[in-house]
Amino acid sequence: MSHPMVDVRGVHKSYGPLEVLRGVDLQVQPGEVTVVLGPSGSGKSTLLRSINHLEKIDRGYVRIDGELIGYRRAGDRLFELKEREILRQRTHIGFVFQSFNLFPHLTVRQNVTEAPISAQRRPRAEVERLADLLIEQVGLGDKAGAYPRQLSGGQQQRVAIARALALRPKVVLFDEPTSALDPELVGEVLEAMKSLAGSGTTMIVVTHEIGFAREVADTVVFMDDGRIVEQGPPSQVLDDPRHDRTRAFLSKVL
Amino acid sequence: MSAAPVLGGTVTADEADEAAESLTIVKARHPWRWIASAVVLVLLAMAVNALITNPAWDWAIVGEYLFAPSVLEAVAFTIQLTVLGIVLGFLLGTVLALMRLSRSPLLVSVAWSYVWLFRSVPLILQLLFWYNLAILYRRISFGVPFGPALFDIGTMDLIGPVTAAVIGLTLHQAAYAAEIVRSGFLSVDQGQLEAASALGIPRTRQLFRILLPQAMRTIVPTAGNEIIGLVKGTSVVYIMALPELFYQVQVIYNRNGRVIAMLLVAAIWYLLLTTVLSVAQYYVERRFGRGAARALPPTPLQRVRGVLAVRRAARDQRLVDLGGGR
Repeated sequence: MSHPMVDVRGVHKSYGPLEVLRGVDLQVQPGEVTVVLGPSGSGKSTLLRSINHLEKIDRGYVRIDGELIGYRRAGDRLFELKEREILRQRTHIGFVFQSFNLFPHLTVRQNVTEAPISAQRRPRAEVERLADLLIEQVGLGDKAGAYPRQLSGGQQQRVAIARALALRPKVVLFDEPTSALDPELVGEVLEAMKSLAGSGTTMIVVTHEIGFAREVADTVVFMDDGRIVEQGPPSQVLDDPRHDRTRAFLSKVL
Repeated sequence: MSAAPVLGGTVTADEADEAAESLTIVKARHPWRWIASAVVLVLLAMAVNALITNPAWDWAIVGEYLFAPSVLEAVAFTIQLTVLGIVLGFLLGTVLALMRLSRSPLLVSVAWSYVWLFRSVPLILQLLFWYNLAILYRRISFGVPFGPALFDIGTMDLIGPVTAAVIGLTLHQAAYAAEIVRSGFLSVDQGQLEAASALGIPRTRQLFRILLPQAMRTIVPTAGNEIIGLVKGTSVVYIMALPELFYQVQVIYNRNGRVIAMLLVAAIWYLLLTTVLSVAQYYVERRFGRGAARALPPTPLQRVRGVLAVRRAARDQRLVDLGGGR
């Protein structure tokens, strides 16, 4: 049997005395879309940021496509990798931020081509062709030369998605991608994510958009208090939750 | 409807409908603005008159010495000191700022102490220290630290007055530059670095491609201040008897006794240098302002062209109207 694309095992993380993740296990199969739900402070974002080592975890490990992230294993010891190695690993993991974090002094096209050229050392011509294609796909073909501040929030987030995809990542992580958007702009970003899911990209999405979870997710994960409380197909977790806490959360957001 | 009388500025609903687009807008008048402008103009005229008509200013002598070879050489030397002080100062300052922002407590404290020391001691004192370094250390040797020396050299031969001035200005400037560069780095949103690392962009590339260009927006205005400050600040090296602009005009007026005229010569040159730098700063700021605003404001030149274009269009329109009327 093939191994999972994302394999999170026994992950713990504390900020000082505050334990944010208390032993999280999560497997995502290639091509699957996993949506993580949960109240704020439940550790969803920290989990996501641990997967690409933006947060260093205290215990447990994360593997992407079989490769240990942030560490090298020798016997029963995990040696932290050099930053250069970690940066290389991150090029396999797309990340879309809540606040977009586009580079404001670079044009849309430069935002998209920067990492493939400087981090992956792919030939410029090839990267630019791919960038134009991706920018076209997220519906911004006429904005390639614009600067991020000349775009709406929804357009910026779609650029951020194109930027993440330009690295040809094995998995794309979305950290509340629509939470910073005006309500009427949420749809266009979800639409872009939906078509991405349809193309067979492995995705983990932290969001409050229950409708998106119901429609697109293969697996819905509900987190609370640093643990995964329950997970399963959307029909089960959203419509027939087994856990009281899931039920309480859903009754608030639905 | 147009025949209906309009009283006290009230407009009937019918009229509003009909006239909304054909109404002419009359701009508010500002009589006090005009009076204030007139007062300022008179004061300016008085000042200019006082400058021109009083023979004590010695404008003829000013003209005679403004481009005198010795003055031009002094200007060149002043520029040279400024350029060296700024370039080396900001190079060292950037290193200090990076040390200060590093994760090593030792580097942080060394950088902090450097800034503390070199900001605390007046520049003029620092310059005299470097000038008199030979009293403290007769010879300077190069070799393995605490080990054997490979060769050594007399301090006086290595550090002449010019070198002492450059070292003094550089080390002093670096302390201020460090804080300016650091403030620039701090002004960049943390999310920028996070995004760059999430994309796997290499560290040095993050620094030069992502961080620095955005930091420049904060750095340039303050750095412009510093550069302009240093153009004039170089005048303190006159105490080392170096022929920069201020020292040179003193030499000349001690010879010919035209104190005011010679000070004017120096003032005019400092004005000129500062003007060039201010204009340069404006364009450098625009360059790093790309993407910061939705659209860059027009340069003064573009604005003048814009106004002229509008005038020309209006004149052409008038000509067309006249032609049509005939």
